[in-house]
Amino acid sequence: MLTPPKYWREIPQRYRLEAAKCAQCGKVFFPPRLICDACKGEEFETVVLPREGKIVSFTEVHTPASNFSDEAPFAVGIIDLGNELTILAQIVDCDPGEVKIGAPMRLEFRKLQKDGESGVLCYGYKAVPAR
Amino acid sequence: MEGIVGYGAYVPRNRIKVEEIAKVWGADAPSYKRGLMLEEKSVPSPDQDVITMSVEAARRAVLRAGINPKDIGAIYVGSESHPYAVKPSGTVVAEAIGATPDIHCADFEFACKAGSEGMFVAFGLVRAGLIKYGLGIGADTSQGAPGDALEYSASAGAAAYIFGKDDVIATVDASYSYMTDTPDFWRREYQFYPRHGGRFTGEPAYFKHVLGAARGILEQTGLTPKDFKYVTFHQPNGKFPLRAGAMLGFEKAKIEQGWLVPKLGNTYSGASPLGLSAILDVAKPGDRILMVSYGSGAGSDAFVFTATKRLADVQNMTFKTWDMLNNHKRYLEYGEYAKFRGKINKIQD
Amino acid sequence: MRDVAVIGVGIQTWGELWEKSLRDLFVESALNAMKDAGVDRIDSMYVGCMSSGLFTGQEHLASLLADYLGVNPAPAARVESACCSGGLAFRMGFMDVASGMSDIVLVGGVEKMTDVDGAAATYALATASDQEYEAYNGITFPGLYALIARAHMQKYGTTREQMAQVAVKNHENGSTNPHAQYPFKVTLEQVLNATMVADPIRLLDCSPITDGAAAAVLVPLEMAKKMSKGPVIKVAGSGHATDTIALHSRKDITFINSTAVAAEKAYKMAGVGPKDIDFAEVHDCFTIAEICVTEALGFFEKGRGGKAVEAGKTAIGGEIPVNPSGGLKAKGHPVGATGVAQIHEVVNQLRGACGKRQIKNAKRGLAQNMGGTGGSSLVHILEVV
Repeated sequence: MLTPPKYWREIPQRYRLEAAKCAQCGKVFFPPRLICDACKGEEFETVVLPREGKIVSFTEVHTPASNFSDEAPFAVGIIDLGNELTILAQIVDCDPGEVKIGAPMRLEFRKLQKDGESGVLCYGYKAVPAR
Repeated sequence: MEGIVGYGAYVPRNRIKVEEIAKVWGADAPSYKRGLMLEEKSVPSPDQDVITMSVEAARRAVLRAGINPKDIGAIYVGSESHPYAVKPSGTVVAEAIGATPDIHCADFEFACKAGSEGMFVAFGLVRAGLIKYGLGIGADTSQGAPGDALEYSASAGAAAYIFGKDDVIATVDASYSYMTDTPDFWRREYQFYPRHGGRFTGEPAYFKHVLGAARGILEQTGLTPKDFKYVTFHQPNGKFPLRAGAMLGFEKAKIEQGWLVPKLGNTYSGASPLGLSAILDVAKPGDRILMVSYGSGAGSDAFVFTATKRLADVQNMTFKTWDMLNNHKRYLEYGEYAKFRGKINKIQD
Repeated sequence: MRDVAVIGVGIQTWGELWEKSLRDLFVESALNAMKDAGVDRIDSMYVGCMSSGLFTGQEHLASLLADYLGVNPAPAARVESACCSGGLAFRMGFMDVASGMSDIVLVGGVEKMTDVDGAAATYALATASDQEYEAYNGITFPGLYALIARAHMQKYGTTREQMAQVAVKNHENGSTNPHAQYPFKVTLEQVLNATMVADPIRLLDCSPITDGAAAAVLVPLEMAKKMSKGPVIKVAGSGHATDTIALHSRKDITFINSTAVAAEKAYKMAGVGPKDIDFAEVHDCFTIAEICVTEALGFFEKGRGGKAVEAGKTAIGGEIPVNPSGGLKAKGHPVGATGVAQIHEVVNQLRGACGKRQIKNAKRGLAQNMGGTGGSSLVHILEVV
């Protein structure tokens, strides 16, 4: 379900990888949250995640949900951005054999979804090989 | 003196060869390759459009400029394939690079000239002292109707230029524009593909305006082709820019670095801006560069740039244009290309 | 807190049940459970259902089902915790009886999944993942478990063959289960060469899309002793725990911590450990899930689950039989119903009523049900008293 407010609310994370760093213990959360699960602190500062990381695990999705039917098959992986921060992202633009655990990736701006032929276009990050 | 403080280019990795397209339409590939001087063209993936390519090119420009994006006062995205008919591309770029909300954004459209137009206005505002930095982008996921001559060339790419007053990598020494009402190529509202006037797009359209703008800026500056190290023109095919260069008296060697079209295709609004990016990738301090765009309808913008010492510091900071054209390419067959470009009728939700 | 017993269970044969609606499925299983229990009234009911809204457009489910079961105005609540909605409903019923609020409680689970096509069902199921940071990026549930599988293979050397063995074993078990959706055997080669779904997970590594319901009747243990004709089956332990629903937010994606914590609580309540369990029904939504779950339950050390299935330790007649019913794999996985159907199997095993797939001397069984990739887990231990 894609609606403009739901999409718009996440723009700082989807476009700019804005995360929240606990002012008390320094733990970083992506997306930001209101309370730190480590120290219960409620004060945060905005930090921007690095756009480079490494593949922790990956798969290639052959049977996607209805809103991704056109793009299958596509690779998805968990990307470790360092500092105990991991995100999930599609992995694109790889040559055969390039998708593997530990492979260096960087995040590029891509179109993630569209709401049918007339609805809103939704952008975000996908991982591409860092080379 | 005002000039370019940062630049960035982006080209998708997908390619399709002229032969692959010709095969489908029963056309003679060798004559197309010879006639248009085209080998292959870039193709956007379904997840790439003018907005995504503009954002990546803009990020690279910001990186090379080494500035705080909040200091960018205007972003102009020029394209004839903006993803939305109504809703700006520029605001997405502004948001993605962190330049909002103190900024002016507009989307430009002037066939293939929209990119240089964005550069022209961004530069103009900087020179007028209204903004500190201005970002102009030329980008297209060009449309060419299936089976039309344009299908062999219409490709995808983007280039972004940030203009400012200090720490420039190339000065803007002059600018000049030349335009008339000439209906050589157009796309009406609600039409998916553009139409064009065939051979009418040549002499009275491309050549008249490109030569007009080039001669105008040379006259204005008192410079001659001998004073330039590089020149880049709008490049709808391989032949037109070479011929325009020859008619103006530029040797082929000055054109080649920015002559991307045989490997890239025609990126419409991105074409001459991408040519310029390839030149900036290699230019040395003091090198003078002429850029002349062309947009149907019709008009040309011309710029004279001179590379500064700082250019050498930023050239290797991120991707270079010829590297993107030569490396990590993925060749598509026509079927996948048709799917990627939305040329296959499917059930609509 | 009162001791609680299960005195009746009900189910139907699962599958693509085109002629049966959501309410038909539930009422059929609920009536079977009430008849099995020998009760004609209930004090309250809990229904586990993941997504009647997306699958059939129906919300406000509990009251509708209470109406069609003919028990209005009895209180009825629908609970949701993705694929462990059924297990959660069972725990709610257990708590209701244990607290003394109700004496006879009906617990049910239901999912009607085939009113939408496969891609829409995949979409509905994907809502059990983090909508904004998992599903937004196109990942599916097979995809998420594929990420777990790949990491498990990398970390512990688990093999495709070991994963496939889970499917072979569970189809073997399910082949004699009259309620199973796919009561047939599969070979290792068939599993290894099945259609790719999300590399390295193939079609026969996945539980199917299923229509079905299951139900159980809970009463205080003292009441059960008077009512039961056969063995009295006590709910000895109940554990429930959560974890991040976003898989990528976990430190170790190969270990299902919510199951480990829920199991620890259930073992403690029952005063037993993993060695004291005679058999288990676990959440094998994908073959790798069963491997991870048998590790989290403490049946095997971390990383040894694959080797255990390969060695036959989890087969009927093995060290600790897992999924004698055929599991989600062969029996089917109508998501909201699965947790209650596990109870159905455990009760029938403890009654010695499972025919060819009966485990000898089964006195204490465990049911483990989880939501998503382990964002929630329920563990229940049932024993003959």
